[in-house]
Amino acid sequence: MKFAVIVFPGSNCDVDMYHAVKDELGEQVDLVWHDADNLDQYDGILLPGGFSYGDYLRSGAIAHMSSVMAAVKRAAEAGKPVLGVCNGFQILLESGLLPGAMLRNKNLKFICRTVELSVENNDTMFTSLYEKGEKISIPVAHGEGNYYCDDATLAKLKENNQIAFTYASDVNGSLSDIAGITNERGNVLGMMPHPERAVDDLLGSADGLKLFQSIVKHWRDSHVVNA
Amino acid sequence: MYKVKVYVTLRESVLDPQGKAVQQSLSSLGYQGVEDVRIGKYMELQFDDSVTDVEGTVKEVCEKLLSNPVIEDYRYEIEESANQ
Repeated sequence: MKFAVIVFPGSNCDVDMYHAVKDELGEQVDLVWHDADNLDQYDGILLPGGFSYGDYLRSGAIAHMSSVMAAVKRAAEAGKPVLGVCNGFQILLESGLLPGAMLRNKNLKFICRTVELSVENNDTMFTSLYEKGEKISIPVAHGEGNYYCDDATLAKLKENNQIAFTYASDVNGSLSDIAGITNERGNVLGMMPHPERAVDDLLGSADGLKLFQSIVKHWRDSHVVNA
Repeated sequence: MYKVKVYVTLRESVLDPQGKAVQQSLSSLGYQGVEDVRIGKYMELQFDDSVTDVEGTVKEVCEKLLSNPVIEDYRYEIEESANQ
């Protein structure tokens, strides 16, 4: 399976993501600059964390206008897995690939620590190797991770099982403790916590690795004969 | 030439933690009467004469980029300014 890690000016978790895929997951991966307009050769798209365009205007607001985002939308429409982490999640929200928006953390502080997440939905291409309700330790590092959407959208997220991860206890004020959501089709996941920073026990947790392994498993099951 | 002033604020239904902190700070300074503070953004745009539908363009850019309609409202003022 071949992944693209999209790099914007100001991305700073791109190399962590690259390392997670190449060295821990053992799959092919390229760093792809934001002016690319074709992602056809990739089977999965990863939008890393950071501060694209210095968070000018709003987090992710300028990045979602990049030419690569049209290609990311096409990949999403084609059903390919698209994962946005932290600033990557914010970009997916700005681009409309996922519903809702991010507000500043309730306590107005940049929060950087490992938190406990609950796997709310393990019936997705990103979470199939977790148990439903499993508690996992994944680091967060964000100032604007306070997820917000209107009541109708929240009801729809719940009804369609689009909430993939929640914080086991309140971290930043997010509605319903939402830490990660998918689109309706289930092939686009945005999450504030950083699974790519939890892919080896040496890093303090390897709980994020199963997320990447789930993506690969889903791809193999649907693309490789006799997998 | 047109000068456009754009104001972007969080929607009424959205909690503004920054505004709340400022309101509490004002209150501790003794300004008990300040009931609420909402913090927003102010932008100035300069349009040249090539733009024919200034108001339509302002609305378009506000909705596409300058504000996020999920959480923010915008309003604007358009002023005609003399050519330099």
